[in-house]
Amino acid sequence: MNGLLEVSGLTRRFGGILAVDSVSFAVAPGEILGIIGPNGSGKSTLFNCILGQLRPTAGRVRFAGREVTGLRPSLLSRLGIGRTFQLLQIFPKLKVRENLLAAGQEHRGSMLSRLFGAPDAGLAGAVEEMLAFFRLAHLAETPAGSLSYGQQKLLDIAMAFMAGPRLVFLDEPAGGVNPAMLAELEARLRALNRERGATFVLIEHNMEFVMGLCDRVLVMAEGRVIAEGTPREVRADARVIEAYLGG
Amino acid sequence: MTGRRLAAVAAGLLVAALLLLLPLTLRPYGLYLMSLWAVLTIAAMGLNLTLGYAGQVSLAQGAFVGIGAYAAALLTTAGWPLGAGLLLGVGLGLLVGWLLGYPALRVQHHYLAFVTLGANTLVFLVLRNEDWLTGGVYGIAAIPRPTVLGYPTDHPLAFYYFCLGVLLLVGLGLGLLLRSPWGRAFEALRENPVRAESLGIDTRRYTLLAFAIGSAVGSLAGAIYAPLVQYIDPSPFALGLSLALLLMVVVGGAGRFFGPGLGAAIAVLLPEWLRFSEGLYLILYAVLVILVLVFLPSGLVGLADRLSARARGEGR
Repeated sequence: MNGLLEVSGLTRRFGGILAVDSVSFAVAPGEILGIIGPNGSGKSTLFNCILGQLRPTAGRVRFAGREVTGLRPSLLSRLGIGRTFQLLQIFPKLKVRENLLAAGQEHRGSMLSRLFGAPDAGLAGAVEEMLAFFRLAHLAETPAGSLSYGQQKLLDIAMAFMAGPRLVFLDEPAGGVNPAMLAELEARLRALNRERGATFVLIEHNMEFVMGLCDRVLVMAEGRVIAEGTPREVRADARVIEAYLGG
Repeated sequence: MTGRRLAAVAAGLLVAALLLLLPLTLRPYGLYLMSLWAVLTIAAMGLNLTLGYAGQVSLAQGAFVGIGAYAAALLTTAGWPLGAGLLLGVGLGLLVGWLLGYPALRVQHHYLAFVTLGANTLVFLVLRNEDWLTGGVYGIAAIPRPTVLGYPTDHPLAFYYFCLGVLLLVGLGLGLLLRSPWGRAFEALRENPVRAESLGIDTRRYTLLAFAIGSAVGSLAGAIYAPLVQYIDPSPFALGLSLALLLMVVVGGAGRFFGPGLGAAIAVLLPEWLRFSEGLYLILYAVLVILVLVFLPSGLVGLADRLSARARGEGR
């Protein structure tokens, strides 16, 4: 395997329960990988183990050829891994512009240069670009907490892209988004992928969204990967149908 | 927007005139109160950084004022200039504040309040019991006032202007800090620590920094409190001062730049204005605090904002 991200034998045990059971997969640069599975199949725990929120019981994670297992989230972010969370996570009292600045400022300069405000000058262009890309420019000076849900969702995703990450994990990006906004979101993600070569791993329950966007889909059930393939292959897989309908 | 800016400039000029000219008409007791206000404002601004901006509860700010006061008192009574006492106080504040930040990496909110409350008591006991260093309950007397740029500050008016100058410098420094990416990282830490961490903001480091800087500013206030009162003993640095500083921050407006100044003004002036009520003073003060907490969760500065918004017809 020679992917941007390589996960091998990742396991997380909670007492007697194997929430994630020896999961291995790789993500190639420029790919959009979807992870689906019934509730409780270990998708979010898998994300949390890869992204430093939880310490894996066993297994390894490599990113761009470097061992990153168990590193703290802030360090992973500075290495080029972005993420969003299942629930909206923004800084509600800060303005939209400040949210984006906060999302990018730690990726340039030193701690000391940040005290003297140096990164902001370099970030201004990236902020404007991101505001325009997600159509939030007219809201730049508005406190993020007073945006509509859909706009907050776009801001949330924009923040994950502020630092120009090489790989972004999206936990249910379509969750709670209305159909009109969903089309917009899909277009934005596809543009980020095509125009900037952004690589995604996303957890999603909205099958139409997953099947339309992803190059490859991983199916989890009871902590294990039970199927892997293109959306077409996965949709026809008997084990997948069993996992969703049987049991 | 311009109307609002005009109002802000007018208010600023009024306050500046008050701070610069009113003292010329005051007797020593009035000057003492205004100097005390400046000292308490500095200490509360430090706490406002830790609590209001970075969202880390601290009930130990009074202990840091004590650390600064003792550092200044010990050095100046031994013949050193106050500048040396300030440096030692601020250095100790940074160090002890950094250490106090470690529990905040594990516990939050009211648990953190209890941990910092314990730290305050610990510092108080050291000040009271280690009498070989601190003079114990007898304290340290005859603390000299400094000579600033060749001018002695023995006269209360001169010392007040010294305090005001220090307050301006601290205010300027903190203002610049809060506008820098550090300030934004502190606010991100308060608003959503998990998200901040996922965006590369090293929340551990910024938590420790918030405690260290906020505490050091408290110690700086202590280092000018010592020459203000010229005699210190451990009693003012018990838990009561930490609670009073917390109230100043909350009543003025936590996370608002001018909140501490307003909160400190109320804490210093209200007892004087309510003197006619004698024993009722504490009760009246308590009622005021409760009213502010219930009706003005963003403090008195928040109230000013709301009123100016309503005046512009944007009120809800």
